[in-house]
Amino acid sequence: MVAQLLQGADAITEAAIAAGCRFFAGYPMLPFTDLLERMSRRLPQVGGVCMNAASELEAVNMTLGAAAAGARAGTGSTGQGVALMQEAVAEAAQAEIPFVVFTMARGQQDYFQCTRGGGWGDYRTITLAPRDVVEAAEHAQLAFHLADLYRSPTIFYGDYLIADTNMSVEVVARDYGELPAKDWAVDGSRGGTGKSRLIWSWDMGKVNNRGRQPDGQWRKVAAKFEEIAAAEQRHETFMADDAEYLVVSWGTSAAFVDYVVEELRAEGVRIGSFRPITLWPFPEKALEEAAAKAKKVLVYEVNAGQMLEDVRLSISDRSKIQFIGGVSVDYSGMRQGDILEAAPIRERIRQAIAEGD
Amino acid sequence: MAVIPTDLPPTTAHVQIATARVPLQLSNDHHLCAGCGHPVAQRLILEVIAELGIANRTIVTAGHGCYTGIVSYADIDAVQVLHGRAPAVSTGIKRVRPDAVVFSVQGDGDMVSEGLHEILHAGARGEKITCIMLNNGVFADTGGQMTGATVLGQRTKTSLEGRDAELHGYPIPVGDLLTQLPGVAYVARGAVNNAGSIAQTKKFVRRAFQTQLAGAGLSFVEILTMCPTGWFMPTAEGPSYLAETIEDTFPIGQLKAMADVIAGDD
Repeated sequence: MVAQLLQGADAITEAAIAAGCRFFAGYPMLPFTDLLERMSRRLPQVGGVCMNAASELEAVNMTLGAAAAGARAGTGSTGQGVALMQEAVAEAAQAEIPFVVFTMARGQQDYFQCTRGGGWGDYRTITLAPRDVVEAAEHAQLAFHLADLYRSPTIFYGDYLIADTNMSVEVVARDYGELPAKDWAVDGSRGGTGKSRLIWSWDMGKVNNRGRQPDGQWRKVAAKFEEIAAAEQRHETFMADDAEYLVVSWGTSAAFVDYVVEELRAEGVRIGSFRPITLWPFPEKALEEAAAKAKKVLVYEVNAGQMLEDVRLSISDRSKIQFIGGVSVDYSGMRQGDILEAAPIRERIRQAIAEGD
Repeated sequence: MAVIPTDLPPTTAHVQIATARVPLQLSNDHHLCAGCGHPVAQRLILEVIAELGIANRTIVTAGHGCYTGIVSYADIDAVQVLHGRAPAVSTGIKRVRPDAVVFSVQGDGDMVSEGLHEILHAGARGEKITCIMLNNGVFADTGGQMTGATVLGQRTKTSLEGRDAELHGYPIPVGDLLTQLPGVAYVARGAVNNAGSIAQTKKFVRRAFQTQLAGAGLSFVEILTMCPTGWFMPTAEGPSYLAETIEDTFPIGQLKAMADVIAGDD
C-alpha cells in the first residue's frame, strides 16, 4: 500500500472499512454529509450496508441493532444531529453495545457534547480527537478497537477541516491487539436451548438466568469507565520539556497552535504545547506533570471554554491557567471564524505572556 | 394436559392452565395484571415460532411497556430497546444477519405515539422483518394515559372526560397506513379477547412470519389486547369492552397479504 492523496472523508471511510466496519447509517448534515456519501458508495462494494436513515434517531438505533448482532458498525452526524442520538448512545453504554459515532462537528463547539454527553445515567464515551487527516485515518480504526475492547460506544471527533482537507494518507489495517470474542452478540442461535441471550441496559436477564439487574449492571459499567479513565488517557506534547508557557489545545486547532509555538521558539520564547488526543478520558496526569514547570498554561480552543474545565480539573494551581480561545464562527455558521489563524493565536499568546511579566 | 371440567364453575382453571407447557416460554408465571391480554399474545407468538421450527435463528427486539418482559420470558435471543425504536434496531440486526428471523414487539404507545416514524420508514424500505404491535389503547405501564391509538370517548388519566377529537385528535390506524406502502407485504389486525379471535390472530402471526421467511417485505400484525387496569374497569369486562368499543375503531381482519403465503399456511 502506498500513500494516496485523500480527502478526509475518504480517508476515514477507507480506514473504517480496513477496520472491518460493514454497517453504517446516517442522515445528511454538513460537514458529516461527505462521510455518509463515501460510506454509501464504498460499503456495498465490500459487502457492507449503508442505510439512508430517516432521522438521526433511526440512524443510531439501526447502528445499535447491527452492533448488537455483532457487526462492526458506525454512525455519525453533526452537533444537532448528534444531540438527537444521545439517548441511544447512553443506552448503548449501559447495555454495553459497541459502535462508533463519527461526530463531524461545526468547529469545536461540541466538546461538552462528546465528553459530558446529554444521555441518561452514569456513562462516559471515549472520545478521540485527531488533529489532521493522517491521524483521523488512524483514529477511525482505533475507535472501533476501543469500542470492542470495552464494549462501549466510542466517539470520533472531527470537523470540516478533517472532513474536507486533502492529505497524503496511507490507509493500512492496524493491529491494536487481541479482542474478546463477541459471544454476547445476538445471532438467534440460542433459541430453545435454555441459554438464549438478552441484551438490556437494565440487565434483567432471562427468568431462568437472572442478570445483574439495574443496580448491578450500572455499577459494573461505572467501574468499567473508571478502568478506562485510568488506562486510555492519550496525549501529545510539542517542545514542552522546558516550556515556561504551555499552550493546551485539541483537535484541528492544535495544528495552528503548534505552528505558532514553533515560530515563537525560533524567536527565543520558551513555549511548548500539550494536546489531549483522548478528550475523554482527559489526560489529566500528563497535563498536571507538563504544567508543573510552566509559569502559565494558556488554553486555546474555538469555543467559549469547554476543555478549559478539564484543564482546571487537572491542574491544582489554577492561577496559572488563562483562556485565550473564544467563540468564533464564520458567516455560514458552519465553520470556524477569524480566530483560527496563526496571527490571532500568536497575538493572544504574546499578550498573555506580556500580562504575566 | 389436564382436562378442564366444563360442568363446574372454573374455580381452579388458572392452576390447570398453568400446567400446560408453552413452547419457548421459560416460565408460565407472569408479572402482569389479572385480565391482561399480553400473556395470551406472547404465548401465541412463541407457539408460532416453535411450530415453524425457527427458534434457533430468531431474534426479538422489544420496546418499553408491560410487554417488555417477553425478552426475559422467551427462550430466544433478544434485545430490549429504546421506546419507539424497535423497527430501527430490528433493521440493523436483519441487515447484518439476513438469515435470521427478526421480529419486534411494541405497544401502541411505543409504536404509534413515540415511534410512528420508525415503523413507517421500515415499511417503506420493505425491511424483511416482522413487527407486532400489542394495542391496548393506553400507556398501561405508566398507569393508563392516552396514546396515539386511544379510541374516541375512552377515558384515561390524561383524557378524563374521554378522548375528544377536537381536543386530542383522532386515533391513528397504523395498520391501514402501512397497507399503502409497497414495501409492506403483510398487514393484519387480530385480537385476544376470545378463543376464536386468539386462533385467528395466531394464524395472522404465522402468516406474518411466513411472509418474512418468503423474503417478501415487512410484515405487520396488530393485536388488540385487554387492559382492564388501564381501562379502569372490572377484569371480566375487558374482553367485551374490547369487542364493543375498540373493534369499532380498529376492525379485525387481514388488510394485506401475498397470495402464496396465504395458500401455503393452512
